[in-house]
Amino acid sequence: MSVPQLRLGTRRALWAYTFLFVPLLFYIAIRLGPAFSSLYISLHEWNLISPSKPFVGLQNFRLLARDPRFVQAAVNTVRYVLVGIPVQMALGLAVAVLLQRINRFRGLFRALYFMPFVTPVVAAAWVWQWMYSESFGPLNEILATVGLPLQPFLRSPGQALYAVAAMIIWQYLGFQIVIFLAGLEAIPRVYYEAAEVDGASGWRLFRHITVPLLNPTLVFSVVYGTIVFLQLFTQVLNMTFGDQGGPLAGTLTVVLYVYQLGFQRFMMGEAAAATAVLFVAILGITLLQIRVLSKPVEY
Amino acid sequence: MVPGAGVEIRRRDPRTGLAYLTLAVGTVLVAFPFYWMVASALKPFNEMFDLRLIPAHPTLLNFAEVLTRTRFPRWFGNSLIVATITTVSVAFFDSLVGYVLAKLQFPGRGFIFVMILATLMIPTEMLVIPWYIMSSAYGWINSYWGIMFPGLMSAFGVFLIRQFMSGVPDELLDAGRIDGVTEFGLYWRIALPQIRPALAALCIFTFLGNWNAFLWPLIVIQGADMRTLPVGIALFSGEAGSSWNLIMASSALAVLPVLAVFVVLQRQIIEGVTLTGLRS
Repeated sequence: MSVPQLRLGTRRALWAYTFLFVPLLFYIAIRLGPAFSSLYISLHEWNLISPSKPFVGLQNFRLLARDPRFVQAAVNTVRYVLVGIPVQMALGLAVAVLLQRINRFRGLFRALYFMPFVTPVVAAAWVWQWMYSESFGPLNEILATVGLPLQPFLRSPGQALYAVAAMIIWQYLGFQIVIFLAGLEAIPRVYYEAAEVDGASGWRLFRHITVPLLNPTLVFSVVYGTIVFLQLFTQVLNMTFGDQGGPLAGTLTVVLYVYQLGFQRFMMGEAAAATAVLFVAILGITLLQIRVLSKPVEY
Repeated sequence: MVPGAGVEIRRRDPRTGLAYLTLAVGTVLVAFPFYWMVASALKPFNEMFDLRLIPAHPTLLNFAEVLTRTRFPRWFGNSLIVATITTVSVAFFDSLVGYVLAKLQFPGRGFIFVMILATLMIPTEMLVIPWYIMSSAYGWINSYWGIMFPGLMSAFGVFLIRQFMSGVPDELLDAGRIDGVTEFGLYWRIALPQIRPALAALCIFTFLGNWNAFLWPLIVIQGADMRTLPVGIALFSGEAGSSWNLIMASSALAVLPVLAVFVVLQRQIIEGVTLTGLRS
């Protein structure tokens, strides 16, 4: 009795391993292996051209810490997060709440706001670059029409970062709206009805029912958005193509700097070290999310 | 109470009118870059910097020039090949692995799942340097395989499909086993049709992701003929300098097919975001 059953179990296990063979090879050779290899490279002086690649310990990390461009890239990246996330979430939540209020055209509005999210990023970045143009961009044309001074936008070290952040907010707003809408619809109506019976309305309903019950969605939105901003590359490279990273490196991000270090100056060791820093940041935020979300929601 | 009464009252609520107005203004702002792109692409070169909203003399010459005098059609084809093959590969392997991890019992199952899940934490940026070194060593630089190999499977897809596969009833599979269906047939003919919506969402997002992929293709592609659409547009625009008419026309040609697909699959795509986004 037990022998054929064991055989059946063994046979199924063998099938499982057969099905998993190629995928496991992929995840080991293309994901895990390279991740460790990247950490290994970050501890070596690794120039693509020179044949000797001596072990240098943490020297690449020390070089990065003293490299003003890397420091600037890191500071910029944090600024993107601090500027982008609050604006993106406030707008996303506002539109989602408005969409919930209306009955007709909800799907149409939702789709229109979502369009930028599916738009090829490179194409959109070039359109935005032109919209920001100092001498012939429509934004400055509008400013001139209403009698305001022209703005340099992407050509100004002070404004460029915000100009890029605005484009990214535009791009991800629809995604945030959809996530918030799903979160809002999951809140049981009875809570609102009960509060309305108690005489609460408007802002107080939003503040004391919507926001606390939306908490898991808000956390997800912050974490997702933060990871997007930490990995910023395509938009920055394409919007400030001529002077990669913008005037005075005003839009430079960590990933763009990794690209320049590794693939324009071939300093693979330092580039790998920079990606290790990025990895730690993303890992930290993900773990924080798991900790926050595993706490039970208090009603 | 008349059933429609509540609606009547809501319609007269001035705040609802304000909601429509605010949403409409927001939509105009969101849609403006698309309008600007198309309107500019239709302007002849000498009217390019004449900033009127409606082109005075609309022309298709910019599109014709992009399609005939640049490698745009080739780049479009490259992107189509790369995105299609990676999507088929991800759909097949991710659903197979998701099925095996959800429905088959075998030693090491938990460990393998955690291992695959752990790779989700690794950012692409960390992998491009080893991928590049690897591609140089094996001669994969500037080839389709070189562009595609990192995206042939996705841990996120495994995670997503495994969750949906868990919902497929075991009785269905056992009935199949009694009927003599092979182990592969159980996955392919019985389990897979049960999770079609999740698979469709995964396919759409994999395709879009690969269609838009930029960092790795920019690194691995070295010849103008191998460029994918995003790399092609970026480098062409960088070289084209002030030929904004051509940059806008090529952008429009890249954006419009995607928007057309979006209009058709709009519901599935947005529901897919809710489906996938909230589960990650």
